Parts: sequence; structure tokens; C-alpha cells
Amino acid sequence: MTSWLSGPWPWYVAGPIIGLFVPALLLVGNKVFGVSSNLRHLCSAVAPGGLEYFRYDWKKRGLWNLIFLSGIVIGGFLTAHSGTSHDIAISAQTKLALTKLGIHDFSGVAPHEIFNWHALLTLRGFVSVILGGFLVGFGTAYAGGCTSGHAISGLADFQLPSLIAVFGFFAGGLAATYFILPLLF
Amino acid sequence: MATTHNTETRATGQNRGRTALLVYLLLGVAFGIVLTKSEVLSWFRIQEMFRFQSFRMYGIIGAAIATAAVPVTLIKRLHLKSFSGDKIAIPPKQLGHGIRYAVGGTIFGLGWALTGACPGPLFALIGNGVTVMIAAVLSALLGTWAYGLLRARLPN
Repeated sequence: MTSWLSGPWPWYVAGPIIGLFVPALLLVGNKVFGVSSNLRHLCSAVAPGGLEYFRYDWKKRGLWNLIFLSGIVIGGFLTAHSGTSHDIAISAQTKLALTKLGIHDFSGVAPHEIFNWHALLTLRGFVSVILGGFLVGFGTAYAGGCTSGHAISGLADFQLPSLIAVFGFFAGGLAATYFILPLLF
Repeated sequence: MATTHNTETRATGQNRGRTALLVYLLLGVAFGIVLTKSEVLSWFRIQEMFRFQSFRMYGIIGAAIATAAVPVTLIKRLHLKSFSGDKIAIPPKQLGHGIRYAVGGTIFGLGWALTGACPGPLFALIGNGVTVMIAAVLSALLGTWAYGLLRARLPN
């Protein structure tokens, strides 16, 4: 029990729990599990800019999801402050490949060398955080969903568009991993 | 009498609405905990996945899809209603030419590998103290806004 509280969860525990969010949200209020719609709701709430894409009742359609989203931040905070921090036990091969790329610090959930405010002024920090963030926002809006909406909700509902999107996710991810990261680091 | 009844119904409806919002908050908190404990919010884990050097992420995503598919199929077969009283319906995505899914998906994939995080994890990382992800979220909002601006000119 203590190891469950302190250590990371194995895939066969974490995966099914993530999957259960889909029926849970459907049963509670007929809501489709998908995080990226919140980016659209936030734009609609803060700066619709007269664009048709943001002209809808965001409170009616998205308030529940924005509340869910704030819960995610709280959940991350609570777990991080539950007094159990540990390095991510990635495979030796990955560690070697990343060391070759120039990563030295393997503590924490993301490399401190790239993901800190000062690093935004470096090429790799800027590309990873700012360009990466922009592509996440643009791509999910264009594709109409992200990992939760397409890969989990969509595939669980056997939707072909979601399958195409997931192939795209991997095409982009592999391209960035093998062609862009080596140029940056 | 009719008016009293209506007011009561509305009050119950409002209460139910508020309870539901609390449930969404708690589900969100639970999801933030799972994203952290499963380590799917980790840039290292995402790199390991895209380098095919561990089964872990594939196991998590695969098990999540399989676990979701069973109740989703049952809910549809049994025409269940939600606790809020609506008939549960998952709106199908329109296929069109499929370009938006292939191209949009690829663009998102590039961002996923660069940030090491999809939208849920981006927010969970902020909670985890990786505060620079606030900048990633602001940039993601700009990206979504840019899509809203260009939408009419992009192929579907």
C-alpha cells in the first residue's frame, strides 16, 4: 500500500484508471473526455477577437471542462507535495540516447536544463516551450482533439477520424524526436 | 401550486448543476493525480515512447482505450441516460477529406514531442511546479487563436 502511495503506478493500473474517465464523464453529465477543447474555451472567454470559431456560449459548453482543467492543476500540485519525489526510471537506452543529445540532469519530471524560465532565452528552451506550445495549441484545434479526445475517447468509440489523428500524432512526434531534437541540442 | 412546483424543480436543477460542477472538479483533481503517478506527464517518458524503448506508455494508452471502449459500447447499446438526465450521445467526428486529422494531428505530434506534454499534462506540470509550462500554455492559446484566425483558409 505504501509503495502505491509513494511510487509511480505500473502501466496496468494507470491505463485502466485513465480509461475510466471516459464513462465517468459520460455518466455524470453526458460530457466527452477531452482536454484540448479548453484552449478554445479560454480563447472564447478571454479574447474571441470577433472570430467565428470563438463565437459561442463558452460557459454553457465549456465551464464543466474548465473546472475539470483546474482540478488537473490541483491534482498535480497535491501529488507533487505528497512528499514523494523520485527520478523517472526511464530505460538505460533512452538515458544513453538523451545523454548523447546533451541532457545531463535526469532528476524531476522534465529536464531542468530546458524547462526553466531562463532557458526560454536559449534556442532549445524557446523551441521546446514556446514553439512546442504553439504547435500543441494549433494542432489540437486543427485536428479537433488531443491524446484524451482522439486517442482515448475517439478510439474507444471506434471513430476513424481519431485513428487518422493518432497516426498524425506519431508522425509528428517521431519527426520531432529524430529530426528536430538533434538539431536543437 | 404550479408556480411553487416550477420553482422547486428549478432549485433542484440548480443544485444538481452545482453538484455536477463539484464532481467535475474532483474528477479533474483525480486526473491530475493519475497523470503524475503514471508519469505520462514526463518529457523523459514521452522521449522513451517516441524512441520505442519501453512498453510503458503504449501499455498505458492501450489499456486506457480498452478500458474505455467496453463501458462506452455498453452505454450506447443500452441507451443509458446520464445522472443529469440527458440521453448519452457521443457526437461523431466528421471525416470530410480527413486532411484536418492527418495534418492537424501531425502538427500536434510535433508539439507533443517538443514540449514532452499533451494538453492535460501541460496543466498537471504547472501543478507539479514546472511553472515555465505557463508560458507553454499561453503559447498554446496563441496557437489555438491562430487556428481560429486561419480556419476558413485551411483544408479540411
